[in-house]
Amino acid sequence: MEINLRKLQEIQVVELIGDVDASTAPEVQQEILPLAQPNSKLLLDMSQVPYMSSAGLRVLLSLYRQATAQDGKLVLVGLSEDLQDTMSVTGFLDFFATGDTLEAGLAQLKETVA
Amino acid sequence: MTITERIDIHPTHNYENYKLRRGKPFPFGATLVPGGVNFSIFSSHATSCTLVLFKKHAEQPMVEIPFPEEFRIGNVYCMVVFDLDYENLEYGYRMDGPNDFAAGQWFDKTKILSDPYGKIMGGRDVWGVLPDWNDIYQHRSRIVFDDFDWEDDRPLEIEPEDQIIYEMHVRSFTRDASSGIKEKHQGTFAGIRDKIPYLKELGVNAIELMPIFEFDEFENSRINPETGEMLLNYWGYSTVDFFAPKAGYAATGKLGMQADELKALVKELHKNGIEIILDVVFNHTAEGNEQGPTISFRGIDNKTYYMLTPEGYYFNFSGCGNTLNCNNPIVRNLVLDCLRYWAEEYHIDGFRFDLASILGRDPWGFPLANPPLLESLAFDPILAKCKLIAEAWDAGGLYQVGSFPAYGRWAEWNGKYRDTLRKFIKGDATVGEMAQRLQGSPDLYAWEGRAPATSINFITAHDGFTLMDLVSYNGKHNQANGENNNDGDNSNESWNCGWEGVTDDPAINALRRRQIKNAVAMLMVSQGVPMILMGDELGRTKHGNNNTYCHDNQLNWLDWQLLETNVDLFRFFKHCIAFRKAHPVLRNRQHFQNQDYVGSGYADITWHGTKAWNADWSPDSRSLAFMLCGKHARQGTFTDNYIYVAMNVHWQANWFELPGLPTGMNWHVFANTGVPSPADIWQPGTEPQLENQTGMLLGDRSVAILVGK
Repeated sequence: MEINLRKLQEIQVVELIGDVDASTAPEVQQEILPLAQPNSKLLLDMSQVPYMSSAGLRVLLSLYRQATAQDGKLVLVGLSEDLQDTMSVTGFLDFFATGDTLEAGLAQLKETVA
Repeated sequence: MTITERIDIHPTHNYENYKLRRGKPFPFGATLVPGGVNFSIFSSHATSCTLVLFKKHAEQPMVEIPFPEEFRIGNVYCMVVFDLDYENLEYGYRMDGPNDFAAGQWFDKTKILSDPYGKIMGGRDVWGVLPDWNDIYQHRSRIVFDDFDWEDDRPLEIEPEDQIIYEMHVRSFTRDASSGIKEKHQGTFAGIRDKIPYLKELGVNAIELMPIFEFDEFENSRINPETGEMLLNYWGYSTVDFFAPKAGYAATGKLGMQADELKALVKELHKNGIEIILDVVFNHTAEGNEQGPTISFRGIDNKTYYMLTPEGYYFNFSGCGNTLNCNNPIVRNLVLDCLRYWAEEYHIDGFRFDLASILGRDPWGFPLANPPLLESLAFDPILAKCKLIAEAWDAGGLYQVGSFPAYGRWAEWNGKYRDTLRKFIKGDATVGEMAQRLQGSPDLYAWEGRAPATSINFITAHDGFTLMDLVSYNGKHNQANGENNNDGDNSNESWNCGWEGVTDDPAINALRRRQIKNAVAMLMVSQGVPMILMGDELGRTKHGNNNTYCHDNQLNWLDWQLLETNVDLFRFFKHCIAFRKAHPVLRNRQHFQNQDYVGSGYADITWHGTKAWNADWSPDSRSLAFMLCGKHARQGTFTDNYIYVAMNVHWQANWFELPGLPTGMNWHVFANTGVPSPADIWQPGTEPQLENQTGMLLGDRSVAILVGK
């Protein structure tokens, strides 16, 4: 599991690489939950995540809850078709703004600034 | 300053590399606790118990941990195991104890047993994948996350009399490619969610799912010698795990996310105003008779969970090999825990109990006057707003339609409604009984003070013919089931309209369509709760097979192309449902009093025939009409239109004289099945006024519904 963090202006970009399952979810949680700060703008680049288990999806939802509780925004980009479908039928997708590409996600977050 | 850490998160014992601590007996099952998993299981006769842990899909256990004797509290073995990767864990138990058939004891520590309180189950993760029969543990208990984000959702609590139920089978509804949904959603909970817009358009506000508790579709699977086709336990009336949703019904079952997928479906149904009722099978289990497999209960506490003869054999009131011992206090609690779990954890709106009369038998099989289980369910605080619906008979000869111990709570599948309507529709002279059925069967329920909504009215259900087959076949044609047509009900009260099966005779086909419309028209103007069978609104056929429990093919899969070929039927159903919803006078909360108690000049219900105010109750009468006074809607609390329904089941047309309306009102035609589509029915609210207000000609075998406004 690899987690790359970078800032693009006020937007925090998180690039996840690898499966997020029960064995890697704790690490992801530890790394990304602290990023949910007041008014934070978070972009999760999922394009290199082939698979997420139940536990992995729960980390995402935790992040969403923590971010929105502090008026933050969260966008997921680059979800594979499979992952998007799994998230859709299990109800997780209902909570998230999504974009196909990094640029689309950034645009969404910037719109919310204006 | 708050205490940051519980002091019971530290292990006290070790077994090999595993850290342990004494667990808590409640709740039963496997529960996530800080740092580990609490395993708790009951057996009143076991002498020892071992927890068996597998890595997901592994052939052999990764460890077997005997419960230290000091971890047993009463008859409950409970233990916390720390640091488990519970997402990839499968667990079971070995129980040691007496093995003595005559004494009803079946302990065998060579078997690995699934948890009666297991919340999800592996082993049949994907529908129809042939199991490895050499696997030492077939049905593997697993651990589930129970933190689904429901937001504000809760059960809808639709008033019972306002329900319109659609009985369906998860896989059959969308498995056929004609459903037009994504292939991986076909036949799943996700597929139902994709089809919510269809259900909304039809107008039903409750779906009743045939069993969705984990079952083994390969139970008693066999090859049909005639066709070479594999026959399965397709319907699933044979539970393996009462707490687990069927993994094979979830698009995400192979990921172990069936619980989330089902919850997401429930949440979306609720958002769209549709309730979900589960068909639950507590009368028996998948362990079958003495020759059946040992899965769970039999090896954990055979004598407690099953009704046994004095010689140790299984009583068979279910017709399925064994009978769950529902009025034993332990089993009673299991049933109650189970239903509470589904209501609380899955937001289920109601339950339909398969062969519910068994739940009222004592451990020796005798019917109880005051069955504790039924009483507990009726008065339970968590289930208080759930619909409880009994299939009020069993395979042991108990028939309790009208007499099921109800405690003011239980509704019943009204088998008498089904039989009477079928006879009347095919032209048998049964007007007297028909009048009772149209009124919500007061002959069965009013004397006990039970409301009309006690009666779940249906003409067809999963058992028996579809509505199209009811008007296309005189007898069942079950050869495909591989039992020489011996299975399935023989008393179908059906009529083929002149030819057995498919025909290109236009007159016969026209009559069949009319009969289908007659049936749904009568159903939707009856007091009580209407239930329709999936696909009847599309003229679905099973080619005369009235017992398709074993077919995973087009016999059961709904053909969505029918929506094009039979759009007139769909439209007729849709408008009939909308009409029912538009008129509270069709959905009364109390039985009719046959008098005018609001001063409208009309009794709440009046009976007519070819002559107004003069119903023909003679034994060979085949015409019947009734009028509902709109001012008596819901005991006069609503002002509704007047509604007049004329039914001519005679083979000749008849002139029906219409009862006069209050001054200023006129009769309008909502439906007349004797007229070809699209003039057979009108969108509620747009009904055209009748030219002749004094009478109408009603064609042979036709039903008319008029609105006075």
